[in-house]
Amino acid sequence: MYVYDAFDRTLVTERVDEFRDQVARRLSGELTEEEFKPLRLMNGVYLQLHAYMLRIAIPYGTLSSEQLRMLAHVARCYDRGYGHFTTRQNIQFHWIKLAELPDAMADLASVGMHGMQTSGNCVRNITTDQWAGVAPDEIEDPRVLAEVIRQHVTLHPEFTFMPRKFKIAVGASSHDRAALRVHDLALRLHRNAAGEIGFEVMVGGGLGRTPFLAKTIKPFLHKRDVLSYVEAILRTYNQFGRRDNIYKARIKILVHELGVEAFAKEVEAEWQSIKDGALALDPAVVAEIAGRFRYPDYQRLDDSTPELAAARKADRQFDAWVGNSVANHKVAGYAIVTLSLKPEGGTPGDATAAQMDAIADLAERYSFGEIRVGHEQNLVLPHVAQRDLPALWRELDAIGVATPNVNLVSDIISCPGLDYCSLANARSIPIAQEITRRFRNGDLARDLGRLHINISGCINACGHHHVGHIGILGVEKNGEEFYQITLGGKADENATLGTLIGPAVPYAQVADVVEDIAAAYLELRQRPDELFIDTVKRTGVEPFRERVYATR
Amino acid sequence: MTSPLEQKIKITGPVVVTANRVGDGAVVYRRADGGWSTRLDDAAVATDSAGARVLIDAAAADDLRAVGPYVAPVKLAPGGHVRPGNLRELIRLGGPTIELPVTFGI
Amino acid sequence: MPLVENGQIVEDRYVRVDDDAPIPERVPVIVSAKRFLAEADALIRRDGSLGVLWPNDRRVAELEPWLGHLALIALNFPKFRDGRAYSQARLLRETFGFRGTLRATGDVLRDQFHFLVRAGFDSFEVKKPADARVFAEVVGRYSVVYQPGADGRTSALRRRLQSRAKTPSTRETV
Repeated sequence: MYVYDAFDRTLVTERVDEFRDQVARRLSGELTEEEFKPLRLMNGVYLQLHAYMLRIAIPYGTLSSEQLRMLAHVARCYDRGYGHFTTRQNIQFHWIKLAELPDAMADLASVGMHGMQTSGNCVRNITTDQWAGVAPDEIEDPRVLAEVIRQHVTLHPEFTFMPRKFKIAVGASSHDRAALRVHDLALRLHRNAAGEIGFEVMVGGGLGRTPFLAKTIKPFLHKRDVLSYVEAILRTYNQFGRRDNIYKARIKILVHELGVEAFAKEVEAEWQSIKDGALALDPAVVAEIAGRFRYPDYQRLDDSTPELAAARKADRQFDAWVGNSVANHKVAGYAIVTLSLKPEGGTPGDATAAQMDAIADLAERYSFGEIRVGHEQNLVLPHVAQRDLPALWRELDAIGVATPNVNLVSDIISCPGLDYCSLANARSIPIAQEITRRFRNGDLARDLGRLHINISGCINACGHHHVGHIGILGVEKNGEEFYQITLGGKADENATLGTLIGPAVPYAQVADVVEDIAAAYLELRQRPDELFIDTVKRTGVEPFRERVYATR
Repeated sequence: MTSPLEQKIKITGPVVVTANRVGDGAVVYRRADGGWSTRLDDAAVATDSAGARVLIDAAAADDLRAVGPYVAPVKLAPGGHVRPGNLRELIRLGGPTIELPVTFGI
Repeated sequence: MPLVENGQIVEDRYVRVDDDAPIPERVPVIVSAKRFLAEADALIRRDGSLGVLWPNDRRVAELEPWLGHLALIALNFPKFRDGRAYSQARLLRETFGFRGTLRATGDVLRDQFHFLVRAGFDSFEVKKPADARVFAEVVGRYSVVYQPGADGRTSALRRRLQSRAKTPSTRETV
């Protein structure tokens, strides 16, 4: 993971000082809310239903134990003892006081954390695959270039007041775990025919009111050109993105209205004029930043030891957990361990301060002090020796983060919804909680297999419902909460938007509907190993629609 | 996301003006005497658009103390108690409808 | 609205001339884009500095043929959240090489000074007198910048290489 140098620390400290001054001027009345709002948003400070919300960036989802402990500290000292991990690899605290924020930010800055650009019309947290650096199918660690780009777009003088927010994701494997195509800009590292590693550049993805999947505007971009090309895209967007209507202000609308070819031409023209200037990426610069990435000193260990096999045989629960939550690592003898933040009846993605502290300790003992945050709102210990799995599992289980439901029906992705969020039309968390209760039976969940449910409390789609296998969107009808159900969405390299199956159903029926859909799948699948999403693709939504609306 | 000052005020029942306190973001209600209270029972209740307009204009000018004022429906209960008029206002007053996670895990 | 240049509040030498008003002799003037484009040949031959107020929704490339004749270009921030003029400024400075005065007008507030300077502005019609007074202090707030700009500051990415070159035996510590 990246370690801050003096430059990085200075910048964050200076930012805290500036924000402290801005808060003081707000509290004294020197700044009106209208003037202050964009400033606080650029530090990740929202105003929600009950309080201010602070969103802290976790660049490309990577945290050190020290940083996770600081998040626990913030939860305890400035909030109500817990935090919420988001679908963009950030963390949110929902009970923050404005007057205390500068101190909270100073504490965070001391470990190289901040809320810069986690909100506002600027470039947001750059996300990547939570298995970056350890996935066997990865071409190289995307986080190094993600860090280069992150620095470039931080407090960028030209791109701080854009038409709207701008989200970037970076990937480096053919299997997309970072939901690349729902981003404003996606950069996918791959090899060209000549064997060189470079980027496929995709632009114009985004969910919300008008969902779009990103389109490729440059099939291969050399690493040397990534900053200048990104600059050209941002400059084109900054100048020509719509500013008259906030629902049409994202780059996806610009790409759609110009047409992808005309858009690409505009970018190309701008890029040609700057590509050989100051932004041509010097390999020495990349190497310099790469040099501050700490990688574990892996031991030479064997894979799949007889000890591990024996442990699995001896304990059914441990076996279920290994089968579910442990993935192959690129280094022999190691494993990638997912920590489920989706316990039965729990709020998806929430962790208490006590859990965070415990996980930080476990990371130090079992994962070289490193933790990852995934966009599906689970945590990952990315460097676990397989021989440590039994001991680790017992400790994870003791703190409630070993539910073996990763990627299963109860591993729900959900926004905070109307319980917290001022934009929401309906609640999402209680819907998720009820679904986890209905599917508490591990055998049933395993039989259903990989099944992604995404819940959003409003059309802003922070729960990514458009790309859920089952998507649930909260709407308001006559003062009551109703939910639209979509099927067949996918967030991976074959990204697809889900299909609406019928009229919205009331709050009390949503969990029943999900049970009906699950039952329909079990009847319709051709083989036990035909995945839910593949059954939906094969049959279309009609048989599911019939089943759900037969009695509604 | 229209500013409350641009919203046309359509009153179909009793309303209050509510906002969030600047210092800590707490939910507050505009009082008749020009202050703010966290108690809904203390809120000035308007029953027509003119009354609502007066409240919201004053609230919007009080940017120093409260942020994002808007007109919210209420129900009047016996004994002069004021109750939230929809789910959103119920949640703002009473907090999230779910148990907060401090009771989960360890 | 106070005008800030070189870190302090100054008198504006330029006269803003309406589209239908006669242009005074030998005085620095700022005219609208519309008037400029209609009367460009006459205006550039005139004795006296010439400035144009350019709207934020027109490409600055249109000004390229006349950049050598323009002493000042004023760009507009209708609301401070509308950041199109930052791109215009950088294009003028870095792509088209404009060396005259680049003035920020409109909703220009203290919290944008740092970005405005980095984008290449060197003249500021500041909305609030209190902000104008603290210009010099505010602009010095960030000693580290991550990216090159029109102000010529060295980015941190570059400075790291430079410091390595100077002291190769010293590693950056955590």
